[in-house]
Amino acid sequence: MTTTASVPESRHHAATRPSARAGRAGGQHRAGRIAHIVLALAALASLFPLYWTLVAASTDSHAVVSSPPPMLPGGNLFDNLGYVWHNAGGRGMGVALLNSTFVAGAVTVSTVTFSVLAGYAFAKLRFRGKKVLLGLVLSTLAVPAQLSVVPLFILTKNLGLGNHLGALILPVLVTAFGVFFMRQFLSQALPSELLEAARVDGANSLRVIWHVVFPVARPAMAVLGMLTFVQSWNDFLWPIIVMNGSTNPTVQVALAGLGTGWSTDWSVITAGALMGTLPLLLVFALFGRHIVGGITQGAIKG
Amino acid sequence: MASTTAPSRNGPAGRQDTQPPPARPAGPVAWRSRLHRWDTKGTPYALVAPFFLVFAAFGLFPLLYTGWLSFHRVSLYNVDRAEWVGLRNYTDLFTGQVSHYFWNALLNTFTLGVLSTVPQLLMALGLAHLLNYRLRARGFLRTALLAPYATSVAAATLVFALIFSPEGGMANWLLGLFGAGPVHWEAGRWSSQFAISVIVTWRWTGYNALIYLAAMQAVPRELYEAAALDGASRWQQFLHVTIPALRPTILFTVIVSTIGATQLFGEPYLFGGQSGHQGGTDHQYETLGILMYDQGFHSSMLGRASAVAWIMFGLLLLIGLVNALITRRLRGSQ
Repeated sequence: MTTTASVPESRHHAATRPSARAGRAGGQHRAGRIAHIVLALAALASLFPLYWTLVAASTDSHAVVSSPPPMLPGGNLFDNLGYVWHNAGGRGMGVALLNSTFVAGAVTVSTVTFSVLAGYAFAKLRFRGKKVLLGLVLSTLAVPAQLSVVPLFILTKNLGLGNHLGALILPVLVTAFGVFFMRQFLSQALPSELLEAARVDGANSLRVIWHVVFPVARPAMAVLGMLTFVQSWNDFLWPIIVMNGSTNPTVQVALAGLGTGWSTDWSVITAGALMGTLPLLLVFALFGRHIVGGITQGAIKG
Repeated sequence: MASTTAPSRNGPAGRQDTQPPPARPAGPVAWRSRLHRWDTKGTPYALVAPFFLVFAAFGLFPLLYTGWLSFHRVSLYNVDRAEWVGLRNYTDLFTGQVSHYFWNALLNTFTLGVLSTVPQLLMALGLAHLLNYRLRARGFLRTALLAPYATSVAAATLVFALIFSPEGGMANWLLGLFGAGPVHWEAGRWSSQFAISVIVTWRWTGYNALIYLAAMQAVPRELYEAAALDGASRWQQFLHVTIPALRPTILFTVIVSTIGATQLFGEPYLFGGQSGHQGGTDHQYETLGILMYDQGFHSSMLGRASAVAWIMFGLLLLIGLVNALITRRLRGSQ
């Protein structure tokens, strides 16, 4: 998590160094102001569609497409939210939210647990075939989801799991990304001396994992957990295929139903979008700093 | 090492020690040490087993099964009857009855990929550079830029579909302010692809900017100081210090974005509303991902959909190969 570290500040150095000419320092000052303006515009572009979702979701079907478009929230927010709460996806967005929470929660717990275990083995244990197996994990990172969709559809149909939430959980019980992420973290964060000490004390593998590995892995588990939750919550292709026409959908399937239906009541559709996004925005508001750290950590591959 | 608890063990390399020590006491100690050996030998495999079981069942098996299915005619409504058709699915796509849609989808995947990755990564690089300044409200700016990442494809696309709506959409209202006529965004090839790439760019620019920012902060400060001493401007420092230091990260984001672009599905699917499953009224933004979905789950041709999936896989392998070549070339030149 390097994002909180101090920045390399050449402007600072240039300004404090006696040799820096005054005009130069002034130029650097202006550069800082331009940076602020550009970044503020970018932040506005990032946030405005979110704000505007709220505005659109609080209008009615006519006002939302009027010209000029509404810029302030109207009075229909709770009517629209109530409508999608009861009607979206057949049984309402409330059911869909519960389903998504269940699926994303189960996937997260399972992925994090199994990733720690496998990551620990790849980072710290010696066993025959380790390099080959790790190579296999890495090579699966690039296999596209589309490749397995048709057979999985057939498989779930034969297993009687069509339209079943289990079909969304089983294929992602543990991911290559999770294993690799944990391996990278543990190979640095888990001192071999600590493991040896535990061994000397007579601890068997289970005790070592429970009392040493899990506690050390906890920060990375939090990060991987949030990334996994976001990804599972937002997953689209596979749920659309396996849950098509389901009366027990996840949030994304319910939203797709709103968007591809015959009616285009945009205030209702945006109310659905708002309701489907709010839980994640909440997670994001609470743990945004960690997510930022997780993204940077996962991206810099060793 | 691991097994210093047994005093009779010979030497510190107990973990790989397989030969029994000469005077091992019998009974519970021997039992315990055997248990211990199983523990150290077997545990690693037990720990990695869940991943490989899941991968075998839901990764490798489907991969091969898709290949097998791509040589068959399989109906969506009778998935257990597969009729061997040889290369028919592939020839249908390349030269046969659906070849028009296939080449169109391949081209669209390419143009949409370029439209949505190139500006996105360039903007992310610039934003990361600015974020690297000593700034007020730094934390807020970073979090704001990352907020779109927390929205789903579905939610984001539906909102942008409204923004680009032909009647009363905000995009046309903005154009109107500048005196430009309304655009029927969904109908045109370029206008629709532009709108879709705006959605992709909106969701991922901040994410990539943060990746770049993290890499920038790992660049040794001395390099900037030396460059500043030599009289290099901010821009020159960016070109001659930051960019070369970021090369591996840039390559990484290019690969990830390219893989993402090759699989583009949710945005075009939802942008089109009723016609989304075929990538627009005129297939004007149909991607390979959409084509696979449409062939398999609308036209009920699961075999043909499998062939599309394998072609996508081949494309990704090709991209991986090019990537490996570029990486080697870059390494060689340094």
